[in-house]
Amino acid sequence: MASQEISQEITITPAGALGSSLVDRLHGLVITVDHKKLGLMYIGTALMFLVIAGLMAISIRLQLAIPVNTFLEPDVFNRFFTMHGTSMVFLVGMPLIAGLGNYLVPLMVGARDMAFPRMNAFGYWMFLFGGLLLYFSYLGAPGLAGHGSAPDVGWFAYAPLTGRAFSRGTSTDYWILSLLLTSVGSTVSAINVIVTAITLRCPGMNLMRMPLLVWLMLVTNFMILLALPALSAAQMMLLIDRYLGGHFFDTQAGGSAVIWQHFFWIFGHPEVYILIIPAFACVSEIVPVFSRKPIFGYPVMVGATAMIGLISVSVWAHHMFSVGMTSVGNTFFAISTFMVAVPTGIKIFNWLGTMYGGRIRFDLPMLFCIAFLFQFLIAGLTGMMLGVAPLNWQLTDSYFVVAHFHYTLVGGFLFGMFAGFYYWYPKAVGRLLDHRLGLCHFWLFVIGFHVCFDTMHFPGLLGMPRRIFTYDAGRGWETLNLVTTLGALCQAVAILLLVINIVRSARKGKLAGNDPWDAWTLEWTTSSPPPEYNFATPPIVRSRRPLWDLKHPEDPDWKYE
Amino acid sequence: MRWWAALKNPEMVLSMLSHNKRVQNDLNPAANPWRTQAPPKRLRWRPQLSFAASVVVIAWLVHPAFGNPAQVTNLFQPLSQPAQEIKEVSLLVLAICAAIFLIVVGLLVYAIVRFRHRPGDEASEPPQVYGSNQIELAWTVLPILIVFVLILVTSRTIADIQNRKPPPGAVQATVVGHQWWWEIRYPELGIVTANELHVPASTGNSRQPTFLKLQSADVAHSFWVPQLAGKTDLIPNRENRMWIEPTNPGIYLGNCAEYCGTQHARMLIRVVVQSPDEFDRWVRDQQQATSPATNAAEGRKAFLANSCINCHTIRGTSARGKFGPDLTHLMSRETLAAGVVPNTADNLRLWVRDPQKIKVGCLMPNMQMTDQEVDQLVAYLETLK
Repeated sequence: MASQEISQEITITPAGALGSSLVDRLHGLVITVDHKKLGLMYIGTALMFLVIAGLMAISIRLQLAIPVNTFLEPDVFNRFFTMHGTSMVFLVGMPLIAGLGNYLVPLMVGARDMAFPRMNAFGYWMFLFGGLLLYFSYLGAPGLAGHGSAPDVGWFAYAPLTGRAFSRGTSTDYWILSLLLTSVGSTVSAINVIVTAITLRCPGMNLMRMPLLVWLMLVTNFMILLALPALSAAQMMLLIDRYLGGHFFDTQAGGSAVIWQHFFWIFGHPEVYILIIPAFACVSEIVPVFSRKPIFGYPVMVGATAMIGLISVSVWAHHMFSVGMTSVGNTFFAISTFMVAVPTGIKIFNWLGTMYGGRIRFDLPMLFCIAFLFQFLIAGLTGMMLGVAPLNWQLTDSYFVVAHFHYTLVGGFLFGMFAGFYYWYPKAVGRLLDHRLGLCHFWLFVIGFHVCFDTMHFPGLLGMPRRIFTYDAGRGWETLNLVTTLGALCQAVAILLLVINIVRSARKGKLAGNDPWDAWTLEWTTSSPPPEYNFATPPIVRSRRPLWDLKHPEDPDWKYE
Repeated sequence: MRWWAALKNPEMVLSMLSHNKRVQNDLNPAANPWRTQAPPKRLRWRPQLSFAASVVVIAWLVHPAFGNPAQVTNLFQPLSQPAQEIKEVSLLVLAICAAIFLIVVGLLVYAIVRFRHRPGDEASEPPQVYGSNQIELAWTVLPILIVFVLILVTSRTIADIQNRKPPPGAVQATVVGHQWWWEIRYPELGIVTANELHVPASTGNSRQPTFLKLQSADVAHSFWVPQLAGKTDLIPNRENRMWIEPTNPGIYLGNCAEYCGTQHARMLIRVVVQSPDEFDRWVRDQQQATSPATNAAEGRKAFLANSCINCHTIRGTSARGKFGPDLTHLMSRETLAAGVVPNTADNLRLWVRDPQKIKVGCLMPNMQMTDQEVDQLVAYLETLK
């Protein structure tokens, strides 16, 4: 028996959200506890911060385009790269994950909402206030203490540069407090996704029938619960150092600067996987649909993801090969770093195995997935090079590392998010994103990405350290930096096209219908956009692809699984 | 369009390559019968353009820097241990990565081309394959083998570099990071200097490595001279060690590689590698204190009367400050302000008058001196050879 085809005539609208005036609609957003609205609010806010932090990146690139440039003052430059990094990780990456999880997990497991809807809203508002607080530092930090402005200590804020002796004023306190707030948001959102996936699955959906995206979200959110406390604890210790006379990281009183680095990277390295696994999740949903085949090796994909989650908590000190650990310590972290490559490789091969023998349709989500595969492969290989500790002594804190992690986070994470965005936008809005604008966005972004970040590896090989506001001519960096800047500008234009596309297609796009991609998971049984309560009656599933079973009653999946 | 068509047809690629050859001959019209046939314009400029483009790309890849070769710190052109050993390992790793890249990208391209959607496919779905345990096993075991090789190579190199003990004749130096300059001490030789680390070259019969102790006076810094060695951090309340063994005399540039505040970008280090004889001469010069009889007595008085002495040391005088660089042999150094400007009289004058104009945010304040005082002071500083 396949799942029931559900008619979606019932629409239930809460009182107070009925009006169509702007005030009514804003009021509706403020009081909402609906997982879909909150999901979209997360994603919308993340896009806003993406644009702001992206503009900072453009300013940074303009400053570095030519040697001895005076476009930005040193302090302004230092604030920009700190705010850029902090924003991109905590105000773009984390909310995109939360938004994706919020919007999709209940729909994919056949639930009506998240397990804790009000806590869900609380999480969003904590994140938003945290983000606003970080940016308020531009106004508040000089106003309150007469000193400083936005944080300028780098996104990993190494001690003792953050101590009272070297960071006067309140800018570092803004960095600490705003991230503590967003961490509260991320934590409750993680708990919510985990509980939803474990307890609210529809009848028939056992763990091994969950869509892969839900599995990967589960792993990611467990990792958030595991990793974030390390950062929060370190930040509280730093706050105690700064205001209550503590000496955790106060080297002049016998504290340890290296302990901060350990705390930070115990959070920081899992964080990288926290960001990339949701991109894996999107790719794992999209590649099968556009290859017209089920995912190759579903149980292996689940296992490999769990392995990545486990191993990734034991690799943190590969960010610290140059702090002078013992040779045994360095060897241990080099080995654990290489080990991550094994499950990651398995995932890449499984995606290729899914495409192999399929009939690949090159719609926009699939194009982004293919670019993701290519770029993530390179990011993984440069990551392996960085895992070779002796080579890491040369490359760490150089532009090679900057290129490597932008390859991971832009070429990997962001491309995965774009793929997901083009794939589920029709579900959320009811209209398809314009194909031609989307193609322009895709190609401009791919070209800009490669011009920018492929080139960026080379100054690192020529000895250019990261986080420098200027450099002298004659060291072979100038041409490479100019090219990098041109690539960054190209990406900025592409993002502009995306924003135009989002706004235009929301009004004028082609109507999507329930299931524009001929897909197989439960969210495509609902109308687009889905009604307030998602499913009028709980769907019943018998396999990983309930819609395949519906569409192919003669050859359903449940016969083979 | 031509290139696009050519991608599908290898013969066209070959024919286009031969076009390029003809264009090269084109420079000598007499030797080129093709010229007389007046080819269509489109055919003429396109190969030229692509030829020019490929020359640029190749030049860029082969020699990635258009900069001054003496200042390009390419870590693939190491001139010292352990940078050489690191380069050898990295070439092996690079080869492994390149092989993996080619294989996976080959598979990806094959899958995209071979299994693309074709018109007429709409009606049916491809065979539904759910996976294969044998294949999964294969692509689990293969990466494990590769990882095993990498682990062996890496641990060997780590142990090789990190566990090196100083031989009896090794030079010992201490590098102390400051916001935004380097203090360099030779405790055994009684020398203190700044921003320029002098070391002897290691020659075939007398190997003379230099062992460095790394410390910091304030925040974390990192010592990185790419052509000599990988970087090691200078962390307050901690002592790190590294060693170098350069063989070619010359000047090697490096930067602070750990973000350390406002002027992190302008915290440059120079390693001056000298032949053993020259190094010994430099040591003898540096060991001398400044002579009290100078012909710049006013400047000397100005220096000692102002608060210069709170931060700077000039051995042989009452100036014993430790916060700023030791100035005893200031004029023996090539640059000022940790590599920001060349050490000339003009720059010295600008620097003394207002350091913030040359290196904004640096910790040396503007001392508000009159022009006359500045001139006297610079005249005195110039005697510190």
